[in-house]
Amino acid sequence: MLKEAEIRTFIEGTTNYFEISARQTASVGSPYLVTDGKPGYYEYTGIISISGARKGIVYFSAPRGMLTVLLMRMQETDTSDANIMDLVGEVANTISGNARKDFGRNFIISVPTIVNKDVEKITAPFARSYVIPINWRTHSAKLVVCLE
Amino acid sequence: MKQRVDSQTPLKLMIVDDSNIIRRRIERSQQIDRLEVVGAASNGREAVELFRRTRPDVVTMDLTMPEMDGIECVEQLVAINSKVLILVVSALADKATAVEAIEKGANGFLCKPFTDRQLNDAFLELLSDT
Repeated sequence: MLKEAEIRTFIEGTTNYFEISARQTASVGSPYLVTDGKPGYYEYTGIISISGARKGIVYFSAPRGMLTVLLMRMQETDTSDANIMDLVGEVANTISGNARKDFGRNFIISVPTIVNKDVEKITAPFARSYVIPINWRTHSAKLVVCLE
Repeated sequence: MKQRVDSQTPLKLMIVDDSNIIRRRIERSQQIDRLEVVGAASNGREAVELFRRTRPDVVTMDLTMPEMDGIECVEQLVAINSKVLILVVSALADKATAVEAIEKGANGFLCKPFTDRQLNDAFLELLSDT
């Protein structure tokens, strides 16, 4: 179960990522709770497994269009599928890693697992997940936090 | 326009990060005249091998990587050459991790995400005593 302050950590991590990496603000919608174990996904998803003091997953999921523009905003000219998958994992890694500022070093994060077509691999380990909707330019994405 | 620091001795730079985007970003964004990129590695094990071959003076080091993580890699690189300058570039934002990296032999810590200016300031600070 996440506390409000803990959700705020992930919201701040998300807005900070876009402000610094894309040099453009993303608007973050109101987080909502999903209780059926199916928080949803977009075309590309970077999943971080969490172990240590907390257990679960954090994932960032976005459509290719958003990730392509984000790469371009980062001055990256190679928008190949490999780099798109690299980026979605890096966003998930960065937001999760930044959360250690508040969660502490025993919030242990894995290297990212990237899912594109095999969406059945995106399974929330617990029924309850918090979904943080992200809107940037004309694109929508989501950060999903599923921690026990 | 590349920035200049006092001493102009050329220095070899190795970039270690499991993200290709970040490796390319650091290479593209670093504006320190005397740094020349001699190689890049995507995990700690590769980094140790490349370090032995290319003998870099400066290393940027990610921490969360497959095969061998950055903390262990820092220890191994310092054991090979205690004079190497290591800038940790990581998303892990807790103070304890930064302290541990410094204790193992790193010389600086830059938190992801970072701006070009923050990257170059971190390099300038790292190289200020060289």
